[in-house]
Amino acid sequence: MKTRISTKLLTALKQHALNVRRAVILTSAKAGSVHIASALSPVDILTALYFDALNIDPKNPNDPNRDRFILSKGHGGLGLYCVLAEGGFISQKLLSQYGQDGSILTVHPVLRAVPGIEATTGSLGHGLGMGLGMALAQKRDKKSGRVFVLLSDAECDEGSTWEAVMLAGHLKLDNLVVIIDYNKLQCYGKVKDILDLEPFADKWRANNWETVEINGHKFEEIISALKNIPIKHDRPTAIIAHTIRGKGVPFMENNLEWYYFNLKPAELDKTLAEIY
Amino acid sequence: MRTAFVEELTKIAEKDKNVWLLTGDLGFSVFDDFQKKFPMQYLNVGVAEQNLISTAAGLAMSGKKVFVYSISTFMTMRPLEQIRNDLCYQNLPVYLIGGGSAFSYSTFGGTHFALEDLGLMRMLPNMAVSAPGDALEVRALIRDVYKRHRPAYIRIAKKGEPVIHRPTDRISLGRAAKISDGKDVSILVSGRQLANAFSAAETLRRDNISCRLLSLHTLKPLDVAAIIKAAKETKGLVIVEEHFKNGGLGTAVAETLIQEGLSVPLVSIGIKDEFPKGSGSQDYFLNKCGLTSKGIIKAVNKILNRD
Repeated sequence: MKTRISTKLLTALKQHALNVRRAVILTSAKAGSVHIASALSPVDILTALYFDALNIDPKNPNDPNRDRFILSKGHGGLGLYCVLAEGGFISQKLLSQYGQDGSILTVHPVLRAVPGIEATTGSLGHGLGMGLGMALAQKRDKKSGRVFVLLSDAECDEGSTWEAVMLAGHLKLDNLVVIIDYNKLQCYGKVKDILDLEPFADKWRANNWETVEINGHKFEEIISALKNIPIKHDRPTAIIAHTIRGKGVPFMENNLEWYYFNLKPAELDKTLAEIY
Repeated sequence: MRTAFVEELTKIAEKDKNVWLLTGDLGFSVFDDFQKKFPMQYLNVGVAEQNLISTAAGLAMSGKKVFVYSISTFMTMRPLEQIRNDLCYQNLPVYLIGGGSAFSYSTFGGTHFALEDLGLMRMLPNMAVSAPGDALEVRALIRDVYKRHRPAYIRIAKKGEPVIHRPTDRISLGRAAKISDGKDVSILVSGRQLANAFSAAETLRRDNISCRLLSLHTLKPLDVAAIIKAAKETKGLVIVEEHFKNGGLGTAVAETLIQEGLSVPLVSIGIKDEFPKGSGSQDYFLNKCGLTSKGIIKAVNKILNRD
C-alpha cells in the first residue's frame, strides 16, 4: 500500500513546510507567544494535508462536499494559521496581526474566525466528538467529504476522546481519520512517565479502527497513509504519527521548556538561521 | 410533558429532514416511534454524555438541527464544558432536553436530583433556558427553540402534569405567560409548580386575595418587563421553583429588581443550599421545601402580613 510520491511534490511539500516553520518562528517571536514547539511538531502533517491530501479549495472554503480538518490540539493553532496563510486561505497581513490587541486569531482556533477553521478547540478532548458528528452527517447525507482530526498524544488521556473512539468504530465511520501527533511530551514531562499510552496502536485497533504508524516528519510516509483513506472499508482510520516536539528548530527539539517559553527578539536571527 | 415533547418533535422532523434526535441511552421506549419513523435522523450514542454533546455539535456544524435527550442531571453537568465550548461558544442549533424536575427520581438519591441545572445553563451566553409548566408550554417552547436556531436547554417534567393553560393561550419563549391577573401579590413560577401556584391563587381568590400568576417558563431570555410590572403593580413577589434558591428564577428576579432599583417584598420558595437527604416520594421532598399549594399560600400571606 505504499504510494509513490513524485520528486516534484516532495520538493514542493518540503519548501512549504520550511516556509511554515519560518512563519511560526517569526510570528511567535513578534507576538511573544508560547506553545511554539507544539505548533512545530505537526507542521509536516499539516503541510501534507493542506497541500496534497485534503479536498479543499481556498476559493470555496464552504463547499458542502469538502473535506474537513479539525485541529483538536488547539494549542498548535499558530502552526495551522501559518499553513492557512501559506495556502492562501488567509492573508499574510492577518497572520502578522497574530497576538496583537483586537486580532481575530487567538492562540487556540475559533470556528469560522477565518476560512478553514472548522471547529473551536483549545480544551482537549472535544475535537474528535465534533469530527465524528461531521463524518456521520456526511455519511447519512451521502456526501463525499471526509473528516480529519489531529489529536495530541496527551489528548488521549481524556475520557471524552475514548467515548468518541468507541462510537466511531461502532458506527463504522470510514470517512473519519484521526492523526495523532505523538511527540511523546506533555505539559509536565514524558508521556510514558506521566500516563503511558502504550500499547497505543492496540488501543485503537481494539476499538475497531484501522491503525497505522508512521514517521510524522517523512512526507513519503505521511502521504502514503493519507492517500489510502479508508485503508479498510467500514473502519475509521487512526494514523499514529511519531513526531518530535519542536521539530525543525534544533534547540527546541524534544525540549519540554519550549511548551512554555517565548522567543526573545535577540534570539530570532539565530533561530531562523537554524531552521531546517 | 415528555410525550408532548416527542409529539412536537415528530411534527417538526416530518417537515425538516435536518432535524435529529440524539439520546445518551435514556428515554427507554419513548423514542421507539421516532426511531422507526426517522431512522436516519436518530442516534443513541451510548452512555457517553460528553461525546453526546460534541457529536451533536459536529452534526449542527454540518447543517443539522439537533435535539438531545438525557436526564436533566446528566444532560447538564457531566458535559458542561462541551455545552459551553462546543454548543454555546460556537452558537449552534442544538436543543438540550433534560428529563425530570428536581425530585422526579425521588427515590433514586441525590445523584438524580436536578437542583442546579437551570442555574448552570443560565450562566452560558447564547443559551435559552426554560422550565415549562405544562404540556402546552412544552409544545410552544419546543417550536420556539427550533425557530431560534441557537443553543437551548429545556427541562421537562415527566409524570402527567395537569394542563393549566387554555388551548388558546399565546405562549412564547422569553415571554411570561399571565395565567391570572391580580393586584395583591404576584406569584412568579417556573416549571411543574405551575399547577400548585394555580391552585394556590384560586384558593386565595376565594379568600378575597387577588394574585397575579405569571408562568416564567423561560429563565433566559428573561421577561424583565413583566417582572418590573409585577413589582410595581402588586405588593410583593412570591417566587416558586423546583431548583436551588441559588442561581435559578429567584436569583434572576432578584438581579432584575436590584438593577432596576426596585425594592419590594420577595419570598422565594425553592430548595435550600444543601443536598436533600434520604429517599421518599416526590411529594415528600416537595413538602419539605414548601413547594406545595399550601406553602405558596403561606408565602403570599407573609407578604401581606397575614400570617
